[in-house]
Amino acid sequence: MKIGLLHSLIRKEEKLLIEAFHKTGVEPVMIDDRKLIMDFHSAPDIDILVERSINHSRALHALRLFESAGVCCVNSHKVAQICGDKLLTTAALKDHGIAQPQSRVAFTEESALEAIEDLGYPVVLKPAVGSWGRLLSKINDRDAAETVLEHKTVLGSYHHSIFYIQQYIEKQGRDIRSFVVGDDCIAAIYRSSDHWITNTARGAQASKCEVTPEVAEISLAAAKAVGGGIVAVDLFECEQELLVNEVNYTMEFRNSIDTTGVDIPQVVANYIVGLVKK
Amino acid sequence: MGECPICAAEVEVADDAIAGELLVCEDCGAELELKNIDPVDLAEAPSAEEDWGQ
Repeated sequence: MKIGLLHSLIRKEEKLLIEAFHKTGVEPVMIDDRKLIMDFHSAPDIDILVERSINHSRALHALRLFESAGVCCVNSHKVAQICGDKLLTTAALKDHGIAQPQSRVAFTEESALEAIEDLGYPVVLKPAVGSWGRLLSKINDRDAAETVLEHKTVLGSYHHSIFYIQQYIEKQGRDIRSFVVGDDCIAAIYRSSDHWITNTARGAQASKCEVTPEVAEISLAAAKAVGGGIVAVDLFECEQELLVNEVNYTMEFRNSIDTTGVDIPQVVANYIVGLVKK
Repeated sequence: MGECPICAAEVEVADDAIAGELLVCEDCGAELELKNIDPVDLAEAPSAEEDWGQ
């Protein structure tokens, strides 16, 4: 069995996955995206590709070329494309009737300001492509809106002028990240912070969250909406319901193994080995 | 053992280390990439880029 592992830097997650594959008797074929050259016709001789690149753009393009060469990829190019772009994620969730915060998209400063005022303060302005909570702006009033929009337009590259505006959800200092592998929601954590941004990459603390039927149901539905596979779903707790904030396709889990008691990398490795055996 | 390219401190490399792995220099705190295992070759890890991480 030849399982390719597309990577750039080897983070703790990749190392844990490699160890997990070893426990299944598989030595992954390491494919460094910094050394990869593809010719649009062929791909390295592998049965399946596990995408663990740290760069979204490299992952997205590599997956397309591996699939074009007939290699099954986990996650697929479609999943990476949808999850890597908040606009596409929102559209996919909407198409599947999944609860999420209200959002707007606008393409100019003027229309973005109009959209923000229509949505009502506060709002969160997000880059359509981005992660680890970078360049998120919580905008509390018109003065801030005008300032941030002007800065983004003047200082940002062109894709920062695709204005993705999301209703601010008061989440009481935490959100939920759930982990979906195939048809199972295997674990979940709370991410708590005094800051309104609750990414663990930004210092939020992880604690165990029970996988209730409600958490499992919306997580699996969100995973299905973006194309399935191995994803982490970020959820907001509202008074009446859970809302899907984002879906991540190259999930990070180092802080969630001891916290949840679930050997996430082993579950992932077993799932992938199972896919190859099918 | 390898040498930190930033502060020249000795950096311990585990027996099960993998090429490409991220290490941290205990002395200066620099994030390092293990470029090669035998012989050990350490380089300063690339800075986070805009499309990194999830």
